Amino acid sequence: MKTLAPETEKDVTQIVVTALSQGTPIDIIGAGSAAALGRPACAEISLSTLGLNGVTLYEPSELVLTAGAGTPLSTITALLDEQDQQLAFEPIDHGQLFGGSPGTGTIGGLVAVNASGPRRIKAGAARDHLLGFRAINGRGEVFQSGGRVMKNVTGYDMCKLMAGSYGTFGILSEITLKVLPKAETEVTLLIVGLDDDQAVDVMTTVSGLSHEVSGFAHLPAVGSDFVSPAPAELADRSLTALRLEGPEISVKTRKSELVDYLAEPGRQIEQIHSLASRSLWAKLRDATLFRHGSSDQIWRISSVPTKGAQLVKDLMAKQVPVTCHYYDWAGGLIWLAVTPANDAHAPAIRDVTDIHTGHATLIRASDDVRASIPVFHPQPVALAALTKRLRTSFDPQLIFNRGRVREDL
Amino acid sequence: MHLSMPKPEQEILRNRTRLIERLREIVPVDNVIDEETQLRAYECDGLTMYRQLPLVVVLPENVEQVSKVMALANEMNVKIVPRGAGTSLSGGSLPLGDGILLGMSKFNRILEIDYANRCVQVQPGVTNLAITKAVEHEGFYYAPDPSSQIACSIGGNVGENSGGVHCLKYGLTTNNLLGLEIVLMDGSVLRLGGKYLDSDLYDVMGLMTGSEGLLGVITEVTVRILQKPEAARALLLGFPSVESGADCVAAIIAAGIIPGGLEMMDNLALVAAEDFQSCGYPRDAEALIVCELDGTMSEVDHLMTIVSQIAKDQGANSTKASQSEQERVQFWAGRKNAFPAVGAIGPDYMCMDGTIPRNQLGFVLGAIKKLTKKYGLRCANVFHAGDGNMHPLILYDANKEGDIEKAEAFGAEILKLSVAVGGVLTGEHGVGVEKRDLMHTMFSETDLKQQQRVKCAFDPKHRLNPGKVFPTLHRCAELGKVHVHKGKLPFPDLPRF
Ligand SMILES: Cc1cc2nc3c(=O)[nH]c(=O)nc-3n(C[C@H](O)[C@H](O)[C@H](O)COP(=O)(O)OP(=O)(O)OC[C@H]3O[C@@H](n4cnc5c(N)ncnc54)[C@H](O)[C@@H]3O)c2cc1C
Repeated sequence: MKTLAPETEKDVTQIVVTALSQGTPIDIIGAGSAAALGRPACAEISLSTLGLNGVTLYEPSELVLTAGAGTPLSTITALLDEQDQQLAFEPIDHGQLFGGSPGTGTIGGLVAVNASGPRRIKAGAARDHLLGFRAINGRGEVFQSGGRVMKNVTGYDMCKLMAGSYGTFGILSEITLKVLPKAETEVTLLIVGLDDDQAVDVMTTVSGLSHEVSGFAHLPAVGSDFVSPAPAELADRSLTALRLEGPEISVKTRKSELVDYLAEPGRQIEQIHSLASRSLWAKLRDATLFRHGSSDQIWRISSVPTKGAQLVKDLMAKQVPVTCHYYDWAGGLIWLAVTPANDAHAPAIRDVTDIHTGHATLIRASDDVRASIPVFHPQPVALAALTKRLRTSFDPQLIFNRGRVREDL
Repeated sequence: MHLSMPKPEQEILRNRTRLIERLREIVPVDNVIDEETQLRAYECDGLTMYRQLPLVVVLPENVEQVSKVMALANEMNVKIVPRGAGTSLSGGSLPLGDGILLGMSKFNRILEIDYANRCVQVQPGVTNLAITKAVEHEGFYYAPDPSSQIACSIGGNVGENSGGVHCLKYGLTTNNLLGLEIVLMDGSVLRLGGKYLDSDLYDVMGLMTGSEGLLGVITEVTVRILQKPEAARALLLGFPSVESGADCVAAIIAAGIIPGGLEMMDNLALVAAEDFQSCGYPRDAEALIVCELDGTMSEVDHLMTIVSQIAKDQGANSTKASQSEQERVQFWAGRKNAFPAVGAIGPDYMCMDGTIPRNQLGFVLGAIKKLTKKYGLRCANVFHAGDGNMHPLILYDANKEGDIEKAEAFGAEILKLSVAVGGVLTGEHGVGVEKRDLMHTMFSETDLKQQQRVKCAFDPKHRLNPGKVFPTLHRCAELGKVHVHKGKLPFPDLPRF
């Protein structure tokens, strides 16, 4: 496989035009940290965006940042850190999940997979923070959409389409994101020992209170693996984590109110602060629990929060060999590890997801498995057809990431 | 008024009688309106300077009927203009003489309230405010709150991706949606999202939001609701100049504070608002900021102190903090009624909607002031200052020869200026017909063609709301052609792979 690393939009365009004229598909890669997401790449040529590197605009008081799509997330984070700002959607770092090293992903890559972490439930996903972009479509044309301002309804909201398109609409060359101030402080309450049902109940109830919790996760049994240093008494106990962020004075009030609200005889509630709290949520975000050389296949299911625990029970009742699971987004997101199988237990997992409504995405499995079963949740006929028409409206010859999101796309 | 719309298609006009007959087979007879006196009620939306009688108005009652009407229109090659409450300020629901006006007013039911999952499923004709009203007894609300919220429909909000004074912190319509049901031009019904987050693959729901009725008809909406913050208080900050007000806005954001609302009005607007309904605004201020801070009681008190200090440092000459919920609502009443208030001194007004980088506020307002002299028209400024979304209200008299044209030219200059300083044509009101012909100031032909190709994926015959948003309509067959062919490369010296 040949990798090209153009440094300008014009070079990208030339490569695309050449590819079109020769009928050669191109795989688009950033740093490759999320290259194993989706169906396996199959093109002979790959185009790396790493040459499209650099922050071209950052105005902290305007809450806006523009960078080349190949700019490493770590560069951007470092810059934002200096101004106490952040990408509020908590971009997932896929590095470790796929056995790579952390901190390598590019900004273009994370927008292309709409990678959003625990705070998604409160602050929105990558799609909600993408203000504008420039890209090269499958006709070899540079086009742009959106802008650099917070509110913009001029023309179709193509930003929403580009976020989560896995490079099948075009090669992103430049990205403009909304950035936000970091919270002054954070604290995480850990409720010890709830079962899945109780935890989902607590999380959904708390999500309806005015305490502005910015993370709701439940870790059955394996909880203590996430907390470092983990107090010995937490070993093998489940943990339900609720994160509070904001100005010190506000967090203090909300914390004491929430602790009072949650208090029950015999219920143990721990607190972790700053570093320990941040590290817990980073691990939850990146699903690092599933890292250690295990061959387990990994699924990510987005469903109705109150249905979370029942969904997992139904999976088990259907004999899906779940080896490990945890909940984020107050029960609305389930990370699931299963014993490997040729079909990754997709039929059962998707049937159960359909019953509760939502979608199940196969995140990690061997190339063979990801090539043979749909990685993304199969769509009803009319939507599948629209999906295809959308794909070809940007890339009529399916020149980019052919087959990456679906066999016929 | 020189708005050019696609030429009515004679074929459609000829088939009107047959169309009406067939429509009456789909919906109850009375839900097909074809008499001129009744059609008048639909001849315009909130952009009243443009009027057009629709071919016929149809008021479907359920998704099956919508689907059949669409399929029929597709079959008979008739155009469709979806309409919610008709409050669009950009002419998005302006009828077409050769098009069915599809009124969604009978879709007025709240289908399900699910507090545990913090969402409400509604039909698109339900008003924005009705959603909040339905859940507020449990302490919940629906965050996006356009000033037209008593009247505008949630379907129209999705159509325009509407915002409101609380969008700075809580997002626009698009950030508060979970699911949609839509009907495409061929009559197919699609469900997008639900009570869960994010789409399985492409974000079609995100694309639908703000698509101004050009891609599909929305027949159901699932929105997220939020619990009201424990406390909310508002500050009224008066400034001796518009520039110092604008600087204060920037300084608040720069201090890392994202207020629940951060609005500004200039003297003409604030005096009009105060005359319309007394709400305690300082009449002598050149600029007035309404800043709402929310959160816990402790947090709000803390932030009120900080923001008051910032305002003082930026030269505020009056500061008033709301002391009760009643007073907070009163502070907002003036802002929320600013449009009708300015309308009262009009007699007519045209509302612009450009968004600019915040740091350009002072400059652009100065330029607008000069333009008022150039055109001899007054302009009141109301804006969502926190996110740089301006609403210059150009005052004119529709009965005065040449005033409309002057207002249009004035508006166009403001919008071009917005784009020139790094902003956009419209922040929340949509392009519609109003800004359609200015799209080229923001987009290249390539950009616009790509957007139209997306349209072709939904509506290959341009039957849905044509004449809106895009200055020129290209046929989908033409747009679909790939112009790069073997042997005819635009770059002959390309390296081969
Ligand atoms: C006094 C006043 C104040 C306003 N304040 C604000 C404000 O603060 N913020 C703001 O954002 N806007 C504001 N607006 C503009 C307007 O109210 C919004 O754009 C609103 O969302 C329009 O809703 P509607 O139901 O009236 O839609 P309509 O005007 O009927 O339609 C709007 C667009 O959506 C399409 N549409 C409507 N329903 C559907 C459907 N079911 N399916 C598909 N397409 C559909 C139409 O074709 C049209 O293109 C204001 C308007 C007025 C008159």
